[in-house]
Amino acid sequence: MVRMNDVTMVYESSGTVALDGVDLTINEGEFVFLVGPSGSGKTTIMKLITGEVHATSGSIIVNDFDMVKIKRRKLPKVRRTLGVIFQDYRLIENMTVYDNVAFAMRVVGASSRDIGKRVRYVLELVGLEGREKRYPKELSGGEQQRVAIARALVNSPRMIVADEPTGNLDPVRSLELMLLFEKINQMGTTILVVTHEKELVNALSKRVVTIDSGRVADDQDGGLYFNYEVE
Amino acid sequence: MRLSRGGYLIREGFRSIGTHGFMSFASVTIIMACLIIMGSVSLLSVNIDRLIGDLEDQNEVVAFIDDKYADEEQARSFQSAIEAVPNVSSVQFVSRTEAFENFMENYTDWMREGLDETTLRHRYVIHLTDIALMAQTKEDLKAVEGVADVRVHLEYADACITIRNVVSAISLVLIVMLVFVSFFIMSNTIKLATFGRREEIAIMKMVGATNGFIRLPFVVEGLILGSMGGSLAFLAEWVFYEMVTGRLVGSIAGEFFTFVPFKEVAPVVFILYMGTGILVGAFGGVNAIRNYLKV
Ligand SMILES: Nc1ncnc2c1ncn2[C@@H]1O[C@H](COP(=O)(O)OP(=O)(O)O)[C@@H](O)[C@H]1O
Ligand SMILES: [Mg+2]
Repeated sequence: MVRMNDVTMVYESSGTVALDGVDLTINEGEFVFLVGPSGSGKTTIMKLITGEVHATSGSIIVNDFDMVKIKRRKLPKVRRTLGVIFQDYRLIENMTVYDNVAFAMRVVGASSRDIGKRVRYVLELVGLEGREKRYPKELSGGEQQRVAIARALVNSPRMIVADEPTGNLDPVRSLELMLLFEKINQMGTTILVVTHEKELVNALSKRVVTIDSGRVADDQDGGLYFNYEVE
Repeated sequence: MRLSRGGYLIREGFRSIGTHGFMSFASVTIIMACLIIMGSVSLLSVNIDRLIGDLEDQNEVVAFIDDKYADEEQARSFQSAIEAVPNVSSVQFVSRTEAFENFMENYTDWMREGLDETTLRHRYVIHLTDIALMAQTKEDLKAVEGVADVRVHLEYADACITIRNVVSAISLVLIVMLVFVSFFIMSNTIKLATFGRREEIAIMKMVGATNGFIRLPFVVEGLILGSMGGSLAFLAEWVFYEMVTGRLVGSIAGEFFTFVPFKEVAPVVFILYMGTGILVGAFGGVNAIRNYLKV
């Protein structure tokens, strides 16, 4: 669940106004595509949700946490309710598939017994059973992104946020990945995906929020990619 | 899981130290060197302190009794009044007869001509608790009924105090400097480790590991390096100290000084070395990871 009210974000270092009065609500259980031209502020929205950057003004609620007032040492609590996915997978090269996923549970203090069961379950869910002992280098891009999704899911987050997750994948793998997100969404997890995949967005018929120059330019259920005309 | 966690952390610590073998070796060596310099300076100052303490004990204050009280019984009666003066640690009565005999033994014939024991006065030989207060104590003694005059060596006492102060100040400055150097080197060694694992750290943060949890392996690494440096420095200091004092005892210096035996100071040296090593290690670890934990 995300509730942004009149959010402005100015990057101090460059003075860039990345967001300029964004209002955006994403309810529990929704599947939302976030689209818009390069540099429009999509990644900034993702970073505000994960607490990587702090809004210059406005209010942001993420999974019941007030991200404006939150103390730094409380950030781990918010992050445990989120599963984060990036374009470049961000797997640890010298860990196996199993360990990459188990690592996410270990570092939040889960017990070994819970870890074993849960990791096997999520790896099966993303279609990677039998790949546990492989290293990231021995997998295709699509498979590596599935490991990243398994890792994002393993601590049972309320919401998945994915920033251009299919940016490095061919169209078939991209479709498979979006269908996997749809399956995860049907199991009850809220999904927010930043993407440039026009065909997929149009085919899946989800809610589409378009960002342009740091503002919400368009927001439609079953919307189309760039339904809003970008000049 | 809980039980194996300590073991896991220590294994990780050693693994990380192994990965940055050269820097780890360098930081242990530098901590060792700093501790040994610190320790040697401190031990030198302990020895100087003891030496000055001995010299101070030889620095006597003499209170002369007024000639009015020529009778020895009378002169002896002031003992308790003198003992009651603040800062007086011991008092010994010396009669004019004893003083005269002493004098006659120590001086040449021509000086002794025309002297008899009535030339000298009864006196008390006094030792002080703190020679820094010598001037004040002199005044207090003078005020005692029956005391005609007090002889002190103020310059001598001042010199002892000055030497002590200078030695402590130099050791203190050196120690502070060396602790900073060790801390800096330690912190940079562990920074290498954090750099090598920055991706892991980023993922830990992303999935919601607490800062304390992320910091722990690096603090453990610091603790291992610090206690290695501390214990090695202790052993090296022991050997070094025995060697130096052993050599000095055999030489001319041994005629004048008695050295504090290492065994006497070993527990303190050990605790200080380990304590400094561990603190420098732990804070070095915390400092190294600080930048990663800001967001
Ligand atoms: N760390 C940063 N420091 C300064 N400016 C930034 C930073 N990150 C992004 N920006 C700027 O903010 C604007 C929005 O960036 P971003 O949110 O990454 O857009 P998008 O993800 O839609 O491409 C851009 O103009 C970008 O140059
Ligand atoms: Mg972006």
